[in-house]
Amino acid sequence: MALDGNAIGGLLLEIFAVDMTSADATCAACGAVRSVAETMVYFRGPGTVVRCRSCTSVLMVISRVRGLNCVDLSGIEALRVRAASA
Amino acid sequence: MTSPVSRGFHRLSRPGDAQAGKLPPGQHATTDFPVLSAGPTPHTPLQEWSFSIRRGGKTLRAWTWPEFMDLPAETVTVDIHCVTRWSKLGTVWRGVPVPALLDQVAHDAQYVLAFSDGGYTTNLPVKDVTGGQAWLAFDYDGQPLPPEHGGPARLLVPHLYFWKSAKWVRGMELLDHDQPGFWENYGYNNYGDPWREQRYAGD
Amino acid sequence: MAGTAVRGRLIWQVATVATVTDETDAVRTIALDLPDWPGHHAGQHLDVRLTAEDGYSAERSYSIASADGEPVAITVERLDDGEVSPYLTQELRPGDQMEVRGPIGNWFTWGPHDGGPLLLIAGGSGVVPLRAILRHRQRSGSSVPARLLYSSRSLEDVIYREELDQYRGSAEVRYTLTRRQPPGWGGFAGRVDGAMLARIAWPASQRPLAFICGPTPFVEAVAELLVARRYPESRVKTERFGGA
Repeated sequence: MALDGNAIGGLLLEIFAVDMTSADATCAACGAVRSVAETMVYFRGPGTVVRCRSCTSVLMVISRVRGLNCVDLSGIEALRVRAASA
Repeated sequence: MTSPVSRGFHRLSRPGDAQAGKLPPGQHATTDFPVLSAGPTPHTPLQEWSFSIRRGGKTLRAWTWPEFMDLPAETVTVDIHCVTRWSKLGTVWRGVPVPALLDQVAHDAQYVLAFSDGGYTTNLPVKDVTGGQAWLAFDYDGQPLPPEHGGPARLLVPHLYFWKSAKWVRGMELLDHDQPGFWENYGYNNYGDPWREQRYAGD
Repeated sequence: MAGTAVRGRLIWQVATVATVTDETDAVRTIALDLPDWPGHHAGQHLDVRLTAEDGYSAERSYSIASADGEPVAITVERLDDGEVSPYLTQELRPGDQMEVRGPIGNWFTWGPHDGGPLLLIAGGSGVVPLRAILRHRQRSGSSVPARLLYSSRSLEDVIYREELDQYRGSAEVRYTLTRRQPPGWGGFAGRVDGAMLARIAWPASQRPLAFICGPTPFVEAVAELLVARRYPESRVKTERFGGA
């Protein structure tokens, strides 16, 4: 069953070094803008597949290959991440 | 910094490990059947289901569910190996050998790209889906294949890592040149032989 | 160095078990000693990594059960066929060590500045982050109105029962028992449905903020019911749990 973007918060923290669950992602396929926390997440397979909850298109795929996190973001048109406050 | 040992913690004991002699490298045997997927489970009604063989954007031949059920099927017992390191030994499936479909189309293609409901794809050489190595399976363990395991029909290619056994398969695209499918595009091996541990691209 | 403060959040820290408290037959709260913990917000979670003697390791995520400023605690439900939860709920003792990464998640959090009225809906162990929210609300003296609807199989399965019951007067806590109810039970029974929400959900006109946590089917069914009651999607926050 699918979980949501909260479930990969730790993995995304490792990759991006900031909290990404609260980032807003624009789906390249349908244009919907929602937080990463609200995405549909499928993992335990070969890699982690993150899909748009509005249209189910793939937003992001993360595979761990030989110690590297390989991140394909081509399904995300734009990301808005809160800047660190001064 | 090395991780501290958590006193008393150990991996789940695996009763299947006794058959370890039959496992490819890096695999462990499991007695359950994990459900892994890359997207939501499709629920195509049988009246709408079809399997097609396509080439260059054209459908060469297609079967409806009743037509597919009319094809000769066989029951096979095979071991399956997932790239996430679990293997399940002695699984029983019933399915139509892929040549029963492929042979009904005249072609000289060397590769196929299997495609599924939901957009999943995976590539295979034609020689790996013939010669008694691949089936379009519709029953598992004596029961109709449940949706979470790929029903109504999935590809079954047990000599390769199980991501090649596409769930919810709806057809094959015939290709002259190999073309990576879903996981192959995301860093997984183009061929996927578990006995040579071909998990990732470059293995 | 400034760099190490950031790295503390990213890398695994060694945690020592301070106390273990059995909440129900299958559920245990584990309080952790984490000397370099940067603090957390109610609703956040952390990742736990256990390493066996042979080097085998397993990771799981758990919601933080404690409020902002309190020592870190997680509440774990034992899944009978699990690999990690039976260890955490039965074997683990004070003094044992694990690695922790966190806190994680800035979206599924609540603080008094977020306002309300608050509608918290929990399915099973989904109550954990919502309990942290209620604790934070109480500890910060917030007067934001709050209601918790907590779906559980039976009264024996309700986690934090005594603590939740003591909110009477300051927050409304209601249970719905889906599998069995005690004799004379006057509370809700059965799954959360439209009729139940009609009785407990704030009207949409009050611009409530909802948090739903539990297994995926529960969360999605309840979210759909709230949207049908005209809660804007942006005011319905969800966190789905799954067995691992």
